[in-house]
Amino acid sequence: MAENNVQSNSVQNPRITWEGCSVLLDINNGDRLVFSRLSAGATLKIGNKNCSLRPLIGCPFGSLFQIDNGEEGSYLSRVLLSTEDDNNKQENGDCQTQDESRDNREIIDNNKAQSLTGDDIDELRRQGAKGDEIVEALIANSATFEKKTVFSQEKYRLKKQKKYAPTVLLRRPFARSICEAYFKKYPDRIGFLRVDALSLLLSMANVSANSDVLVVDMVGGLLTGAVAERLGGTGHVCNTYLGGTPYGMDIVRIFNFDDEICKRIVRCPLSDLSLTQNGTSEQNSEQADPCKMELNEEISSAVSADEISPSQHEDSVLLPESTVSPGNRIGKAPKAGEQASQEVIKTWKENGFSSLIIAAPDLDPWILVKDILPLLSYSAPFAIYHQYLQPLATCMHSLQVGKLAIGLQISEPWLREYQVCSHTYNGKGASIKKSSLYANERIRWLHPERNKNMQQLTAAPSF
Amino acid sequence: MLPSDSTKKLSFTRCIKDGDLVVVYERHNVMKAVKVCETAVLQNRFGVFKHSDWIGNPFGSKVFSNKGGFVYLLAPTPELWTLVLSHRTQILYIADISFLIMYMEIVPGCLVLESGTGSGSLTTSLARAVAPTGRVHTFDFHEQRAASAREDFEKTGVSNLITVGVRDIQGEGFPVEFSGLVDSVFLDLPQPWLAIPSAAKMLKPDGILCSFSPCIEQVQQSSEMLRSKFTDIRTFEVLLRSYEVREVKNFLVDEIGSPKFPPRKRRQCSREESNAQGSSSSSTIMARPCGEARGHTGYLTFARLKCLF
Repeated sequence: MAENNVQSNSVQNPRITWEGCSVLLDINNGDRLVFSRLSAGATLKIGNKNCSLRPLIGCPFGSLFQIDNGEEGSYLSRVLLSTEDDNNKQENGDCQTQDESRDNREIIDNNKAQSLTGDDIDELRRQGAKGDEIVEALIANSATFEKKTVFSQEKYRLKKQKKYAPTVLLRRPFARSICEAYFKKYPDRIGFLRVDALSLLLSMANVSANSDVLVVDMVGGLLTGAVAERLGGTGHVCNTYLGGTPYGMDIVRIFNFDDEICKRIVRCPLSDLSLTQNGTSEQNSEQADPCKMELNEEISSAVSADEISPSQHEDSVLLPESTVSPGNRIGKAPKAGEQASQEVIKTWKENGFSSLIIAAPDLDPWILVKDILPLLSYSAPFAIYHQYLQPLATCMHSLQVGKLAIGLQISEPWLREYQVCSHTYNGKGASIKKSSLYANERIRWLHPERNKNMQQLTAAPSF
Repeated sequence: MLPSDSTKKLSFTRCIKDGDLVVVYERHNVMKAVKVCETAVLQNRFGVFKHSDWIGNPFGSKVFSNKGGFVYLLAPTPELWTLVLSHRTQILYIADISFLIMYMEIVPGCLVLESGTGSGSLTTSLARAVAPTGRVHTFDFHEQRAASAREDFEKTGVSNLITVGVRDIQGEGFPVEFSGLVDSVFLDLPQPWLAIPSAAKMLKPDGILCSFSPCIEQVQQSSEMLRSKFTDIRTFEVLLRSYEVREVKNFLVDEIGSPKFPPRKRRQCSREESNAQGSSSSSTIMARPCGEARGHTGYLTFARLKCLF
């Protein structure tokens, strides 16, 4: 126990996992994404098996694991990729593809192609066969495998591999991967904020080291975390809220932030920030309406706006500060999301915030922004995200009419992933050699995938 | 441009000084970067602006010319800089830039390599992302272009984060001194596949490479080269669509009257409302996509170096 504490306080190599670190597990190449905290007792359920995550501790991020069957049940074991392996596979692929004349005319979907039964497979397992060996056995016993094209052979292999030899890829939780995982799993919890829109918000709001960024984050803490990641332990990100209860920011805990970064994440009710300006306020007036710049976003797809408590999915929410007893904290790691100190609030009032980002799916951006803009320094950029276009249009119009900002723009990023068919089929296993690419006219190179819904938000350049 | 120390930070009290870089804003698509010089003037269609009138005003101020025309003086940001820099080459724009920086997981403290430097549009944003403790080493084989880029980074105040090298990365690869030390590598080269083996040597395990190419054939050849040492190879295209917003007055809502534009909107207003107002028109805020949008720029291909040990 004591040892753990020492460990967690010492300087970590951020590219190697440690006990207590937060990780993103990518199961079967994107099929499932799971956030976990590594500890000796943590387990991961894959299929019907529970595997301990202990073998993952101390491994470099990017490591790949496979499930093996041992005497004590299934366990995760590291797969060491070697470039040589791949080369061999390429060789194998070579001979298969010299003349690709196969197609699916011979394939009949009657469930008779596979001669191995479930019992046979169980027997193989009892004999200690590894997942890969079972996959090979299935292939060897498939009556139709040889009739398939290399592409469908590869597809078959991948499908069996997922079932009999699932892989777990260890990934570093970054704003990018966290956003992607949430967008895929629980998009409603992050207001359908896609990674390209999030990245635009950070750029348009000029989030950079040493800046003081004000955020209205009703997307579970994703925005706050993404800003803190860019600040790298400098400046501040102030997560402000209306009323007396701060918005949940559980997602912040998924990032592996060190103490320095956590200290820079603070909360403050909007009412405390907007009390009448002190001292410098005479400068605020006239002085040729200094303008702020702006940027917006929108999404057009329809999604129900049911509110889901951002706190329900991780263990516990950060408690409001009232429960924090100061005596307890001595020697303890600072927690992200402390109440902003009076001193720092004072400097914000004197200097203004460097920029503002709003991602509040349930609030009217105009109502918010008209109160918040005066808190920004002159010429400070701001960015507002909304999943729908109309609230942003109304907001932008009001800002224009009120001459409150210049360089206003609403934009929507649009992201499309391409499947690039190259000589090798994407994935492990067989590959096809160069020559086939040019020979095979059926290759579809561009294949929009993944973005089922075209919505998007986004942010726009400001000014 | 970046608040490296508190005196440069944007604040209510930070005023424009002699020697500052400002972005002169006429309209959202008409902007210009100007170095403030006490004795200089700016001349444009609105008249003559004396820089000396600007000094002492806060950033964001509206300033007037001798003829009463006005412009705004904005504090520069990498986004604004991308819109005003002089194009010595084709440049990367905001949508690609912001996406790739996030996707390459570039955060403060990272060591990043870039080739080619081009006009330095991306480099400036990379510098912002690695600040205050990281570093960007950017390479271009064109000596004069590299020199202009250096001048620009000096001008925008990011030169302490960037080293510009003159080197043919496709031919010679990256300098060996960076082997195994680099967090991310960005390639914008005509034949990126030639530089990929060297990029793989530079990266830390699990480090990320991104290659920008306009043509899918380039993507394909690069992807092929990536396969032996990299994993998670993914190709994206990012576009940005802008909307224009306007208030439509006298927008017909009467069921009987003939709707002006657009007919479908009639449904949105209930009959009661229009009856209650006793009027057949109102004003509505509407948005529509702008006519012209920047189309295809390029494909972004990302890959992670495999962990071999």
